[in-house]
Amino acid sequence: MIWQLDLAILTLVVMASVGALMVKDLLGAAILFGAYSFMMCLLWSIMGAVDVAFTEASVGAGVSTVFFVAAVFRTSRRTKD
Amino acid sequence: MKIIGLVISVLTGAFLVYAAVDFPAWSDPASPASTYLSPHFIEKTMEETSVPNIVTAVLADYRGFDTMFETTVIFTAGLVCFFLLRTIRRKEPESRHYRHMLTGVTIQIKEGHKLPPSADFERMDSLWTPPDLIIKTACRLLIPFIQLFALYVIAHGHYSPGGGFQGGVILGASIILLAISHDLRTTIERMSEKLVAILCAVGVLIYAGAGALCLLLGLNFLDYSALAPLLHVDPISARSLGILIVEIGVGVAVMCTMIWIYNNLSSAGKYNQGL
Repeated sequence: MIWQLDLAILTLVVMASVGALMVKDLLGAAILFGAYSFMMCLLWSIMGAVDVAFTEASVGAGVSTVFFVAAVFRTSRRTKD
Repeated sequence: MKIIGLVISVLTGAFLVYAAVDFPAWSDPASPASTYLSPHFIEKTMEETSVPNIVTAVLADYRGFDTMFETTVIFTAGLVCFFLLRTIRRKEPESRHYRHMLTGVTIQIKEGHKLPPSADFERMDSLWTPPDLIIKTACRLLIPFIQLFALYVIAHGHYSPGGGFQGGVILGASIILLAISHDLRTTIERMSEKLVAILCAVGVLIYAGAGALCLLLGLNFLDYSALAPLLHVDPISARSLGILIVEIGVGVAVMCTMIWIYNNLSSAGKYNQGL
């Protein structure tokens, strides 16, 4: 494990997660969450858990981002009630 | 309210970090998890199940019961999306719009009537956006390779990272890509709603059925060595083949659940043209 790489990725994970919470736009939050998942995937593979990394990349970064985007497209900017 | 939420989450995080200090160090050979269980898996998996990838063997054989219910959880998620979102008794739209594909002329047909099916016209909704030729063509080129890779991931789960979950997700994602690049109706023409729902249940049934078959053949539930006389192999290879059967079940269930959730989510249960 290279600690410099580890530190850089951990910083990016924290930045992506805080950004996903802070950003006003829901689509932006969904994309940031996908970036977060990719960083987590890199972390798993650094720690040697390649199976978990594979699952994280396909489920977390791939399909769940698509689901978030699909759900965001069905929302409106203001509530109807 | 915001400050209370912040305080609660900061406190929870601080407690979690404090508790994480007590964890054994990363890859510590003296930690409880790696004193008796991990060495057993690392040393015995190859001779007990003849599967080189220990993770797959643990997931689908040693802890097969756990994985069966994981598959059930995914199936339930698809079912819940269906029940929450699908609008069963839909109102017939007042008029339907059709577009002549060569000229782009749109015609409107009044309530209760339909255009006879023809290759020149496609149905469109009010949200219709012009299809992008580059995106359509690129996705059509990509999708077969994505599906081939997904099949490789499922079939090669014994030897390399991968397995039913990942392969199923990639297969489902390829169909979702078709729905995004074309529209949802194109996907439903190829995989109807009924087929997707049935395949979802069939995947779980393959898994549970393999387990029940072992029970019928006189061994424990999900003890694949019972399948040896059926498959004409020795009990150790039977465990390896049993894992493959189960992975296929997981793959089918996961693929169809992903498509099912996407179909319901992207069209808000109306099954029109989607995103």
